[in-house]
Amino acid sequence: MNTIRFDINADGIATLTIDVPDQSMNVIGPDFLADLDAAITRISSEEAIKGAVIASGKDSGFMAGMDLKYFGSMLVSDGGKRPAPADIFDKVFVLNQLFRRLETCGKPIACAIEGTCVGGGFELALACHRRIVGDSPKTQLGLPEILIGLFPGGGGSQRLPRIMGVQASLMYMLQGKLFRPAEAAMLKIVDSLVPQGTAVEAAREWVKANPNASVQPWDVKGYKVPGGAGGFNPAFVQTMAGALPMTLKQTQRNMNAPIALLSAVYEGIILPMDRAIRIESKYFAKVAADPQAANMIRSLFVNKQAAERGARRPKDQPKAPTRKLAMLGAGMMGAGIATVAAQAGMEVVLFDRDQTYAEKGKAHVEEVLKKRLGRGMTPEKMAETLARVTPTTDYAALVGADFVIEAVFEDVAIKAEVTKKVEEILGADTIFGSNTSTLPITKLAKAWSKPENFIGIHFFSPVEKMPLVEVILGKETGPAAIAKALDFVAQIKKTPIVVNDSRGFYTSRCFGTYVQEGVEMVAEGINPALIENAGRQLGMPVGPLAVGDEVSIELGHKIVMAAQKELGDAYVAQPSDAVMARMVELGRLGRKSARGWYDYPEGGRKHLWPGLTEMFPRAAVQPNVEEVKERLLYRQLIECARCFEEGVLETPEDGDIGAIFGWGFAPYTGGPFAHMDMVGIGHVVAVLERLAERHGDRFAPTVQLQDMAASGATFYHPVSSRAAA
Amino acid sequence: MGGEEWIAMEAFIYDAVRTPRGRGKADGSLHEITPIQLATQMLEAVRDRTQIDTADVDDVILGCVSPVGEQGADIARVAVLNADYAQTVPGVQINRFCASGLEAVNMAAAKVYSGEAGLAIGGGVESMSRVPMASDGGAWAMDPAVAYKTYFAPQGIGADVIATKFGISRDDADAYAVESQKRAKAAWDEGRFAKSIVPVKDVIGQVVLDHDEHMRPDATMQSLAALNPSFTALGEEMPGFDAVALLRYPELEKINHIHHAGNSSGIVDGAAAVLVGNREMGEKYGLKPRARIRAMASIGSEPLIMLTGPEFVAGKLLSRAGMSKSDIDLWELNEAFASVVLRYMQAMDLDHGRINVNGGAIAMGHPLGATGAMVLGTALDELERTAKGTALINLCVGAGMGTGIIIERV
Repeated sequence: MNTIRFDINADGIATLTIDVPDQSMNVIGPDFLADLDAAITRISSEEAIKGAVIASGKDSGFMAGMDLKYFGSMLVSDGGKRPAPADIFDKVFVLNQLFRRLETCGKPIACAIEGTCVGGGFELALACHRRIVGDSPKTQLGLPEILIGLFPGGGGSQRLPRIMGVQASLMYMLQGKLFRPAEAAMLKIVDSLVPQGTAVEAAREWVKANPNASVQPWDVKGYKVPGGAGGFNPAFVQTMAGALPMTLKQTQRNMNAPIALLSAVYEGIILPMDRAIRIESKYFAKVAADPQAANMIRSLFVNKQAAERGARRPKDQPKAPTRKLAMLGAGMMGAGIATVAAQAGMEVVLFDRDQTYAEKGKAHVEEVLKKRLGRGMTPEKMAETLARVTPTTDYAALVGADFVIEAVFEDVAIKAEVTKKVEEILGADTIFGSNTSTLPITKLAKAWSKPENFIGIHFFSPVEKMPLVEVILGKETGPAAIAKALDFVAQIKKTPIVVNDSRGFYTSRCFGTYVQEGVEMVAEGINPALIENAGRQLGMPVGPLAVGDEVSIELGHKIVMAAQKELGDAYVAQPSDAVMARMVELGRLGRKSARGWYDYPEGGRKHLWPGLTEMFPRAAVQPNVEEVKERLLYRQLIECARCFEEGVLETPEDGDIGAIFGWGFAPYTGGPFAHMDMVGIGHVVAVLERLAERHGDRFAPTVQLQDMAASGATFYHPVSSRAAA
Repeated sequence: MGGEEWIAMEAFIYDAVRTPRGRGKADGSLHEITPIQLATQMLEAVRDRTQIDTADVDDVILGCVSPVGEQGADIARVAVLNADYAQTVPGVQINRFCASGLEAVNMAAAKVYSGEAGLAIGGGVESMSRVPMASDGGAWAMDPAVAYKTYFAPQGIGADVIATKFGISRDDADAYAVESQKRAKAAWDEGRFAKSIVPVKDVIGQVVLDHDEHMRPDATMQSLAALNPSFTALGEEMPGFDAVALLRYPELEKINHIHHAGNSSGIVDGAAAVLVGNREMGEKYGLKPRARIRAMASIGSEPLIMLTGPEFVAGKLLSRAGMSKSDIDLWELNEAFASVVLRYMQAMDLDHGRINVNGGAIAMGHPLGATGAMVLGTALDELERTAKGTALINLCVGAGMGTGIIIERV
């Protein structure tokens, strides 16, 4: 046993201390399963053992879920192909069988939870006869599997509803919502709450005092699911009939795990536990065998964490945390960045041309913090945080700043002027970041005499909420600047991607194509409602026209004008350009003018502008929704592929994380590159060729894509060399 | 058969009876009458009115949509026994949702057509006040995998989708409802239903109901305008079925919720029975055939919008009967929701003057399992009253179906 320490005390109570080696947090892998199996055998067979306590040997918490490497290994069958669900049922059922053995071993088992207890770890706790939690505001418990495209597969989908009722348990499991200890105690998911650090002792006492408490409630004859269950129970029927539409509203039929979870609960809840867990494992095998979960886990979990831990950070650079930030510009973006920086403990000089603007920026910080009061924010902490923000119009106040972020008006000349003034104060050795969303970093860097210390650091609005930061390298940006920017992103606990300079960089450029394609379809006389629904059905958070209104039609138009001006004859006009120009002419600028693709009646709900149909008479033949979805999807995919080919993106990881967290690209796909790999590059090329023929060259597959299709290469696991050989 | 030519398929309607419809609530007159009583009294009425020897009835088929509890365990056979029919008469309960009563008649007719039966009774029963709708559960709505696959949404959502998709406004629906009430009132005032109505009696022989009590003849556009739409919350809020509807009908921006209690069919209690037989049985008992059954049909259609089946079943019926639209003198379509009839009129290019001329379920109510047999009787009475020849009767059906029949006076 190398993952569990097995001790027996004088009372005959065994303590199983889980401490999985080489892991910062306990996770479930093959060694742990074998060790737990052996431990259960000892507990049930040795007469001297009266019962057992399960605890963690790690300060990091009790236990998280499955070791993702181990999980991944279940999904590979001979020849490296994806297995069918029936092929992996036996593998995924092991965990269920083991937990079932634990709860039927004949001796009382108490679980002593200190710290994080989620996923498989929480399922282990649910299979114990008693759950005792050391109270701490940081402790979280629950079943968040749905967030990575899975659902509880270690008995959780069967035990949680049997403990707290079907409806309540579904609310947590369908959203991956976690419990705080007090909440869990109130809901009777944990049996007792004890002072932090005393759970193990309390658990031993409970086992000693309850030598016969070795049967789970659901194994007692006459057991009833709280709130009732089964087709003859009206409340259950209503819950099941309502849970699906609520889920579909969110997932638009794109995610298979929530549906599988509902089926596992629906079919399993009236069965004896031995059979219920088989149902759960069958549905779990079905979901696990689908590439969706693997794609989501890779992008939303593994690669996202890797990015946050500095996957793209130059290894040789010393840690360079920001202590004092010079924030230039106190507008919406500047104030937002100041907020997150101050919250991360930095001193922030919030600089603007006008003191009222600077003060207004600080007021925004205060507003954001106020909303957090009572939710982890105390008045004292708020005061401290606010005190770190200094609004000013005085360049001299910047002295001592070790990082600069500029978020002034989007104009090369204005930015250059500010940049030069700051250099006079701080010197060109300081790292200077620009939050521009459109202007070329290489060009802006000219204003800083050491362009290697100049970098793009593009935030999304609202900064407090949006998780992504796009770090842009100019031609001459050096490793120290990259390290500084990425360390700053880590300090404010956001997720970075690193891209190279290009018009619109990566995120704005690709996101823009989604809106443009929507606008182009409007111009073709395609029903706008169909376009909007297709966007949502694709898995985008909102339709292309709705989001076009949010970012403003005028802004889109201005970006086009700027590109035209700069590129001259080289600019390739898009059909959407003229449409947006016309909308701007009509004063339909978007949400901000309360008139755009939509009308925004005061006090009423927004609705598509009826005038659209007059401006663009409805085409006699309307496409079906799949065709519209395809155009919206592939217009983005081809732009992402171009970014990869042009070197704007250096890794598919950056592309996928940036797409999902930057512009809400269909998360269930794992991102555009994961999606292209999954459907096959050959298929992508074939679809693009068909779309290019029907709708224009903007869909034409790139040379690289065609080469990849020919060689059988993929973005994530390049096999081109093997195929060539 | 000895080589003789096979007898041409024929089936005739010899009698049709129905109960008055009682409000399907605690204050409804029929709330104190069990469903087995309703069914029993209809079987008794058929026997007593035609004076047949029940031993000649080869089957009794009754529709029932919530066949559980008091309506469970094959209510048709139990009603046969309870009505003192010969014990040799079998009974079977069927469920084609809202068209069950007509489907039962169609099945009875098919049995006569095929020679399985000389006489057969088709009808239906539903006590919606005693056995609430949806008491029987079912995989369609509650099994997540099935509801997912079929895009399940309740039929009120489907009715509102029809309205939205086919441009039917709240005013259109309300105007239709007001007219339905007026027609039902006029029909009752003139005694147009008298031939078919069999008052319901209680255990001591007193009449508890002799008229349709759900009617609101004083309904006006203004009074209906005050009613809140019934499916807005279900569609837009909890649990949000409109999202499912938009997944299936992405051409719609939003669902326009126009239906309410006043322009949808009423929840009522009732039962009905129709005696179908071949020529020989009519001759044996000296019964004059009231109508020949020209064609029967059912179809399946898209289940989320659910209630657009009638136009398709009408097409199938006409083609089966070798008839065209102009051959039909009278049209009857169950008023499940106003939009269903308005869409049917739109699709078939029918004038309101030729359909549901005596009102329908919006005024008089829709006892789910029985309605099909009731509207058939209503149309037959009207053909006789106006000396017209043919009628096409049909109903929209849950889960996307339609069931209909063409009859012709003999």
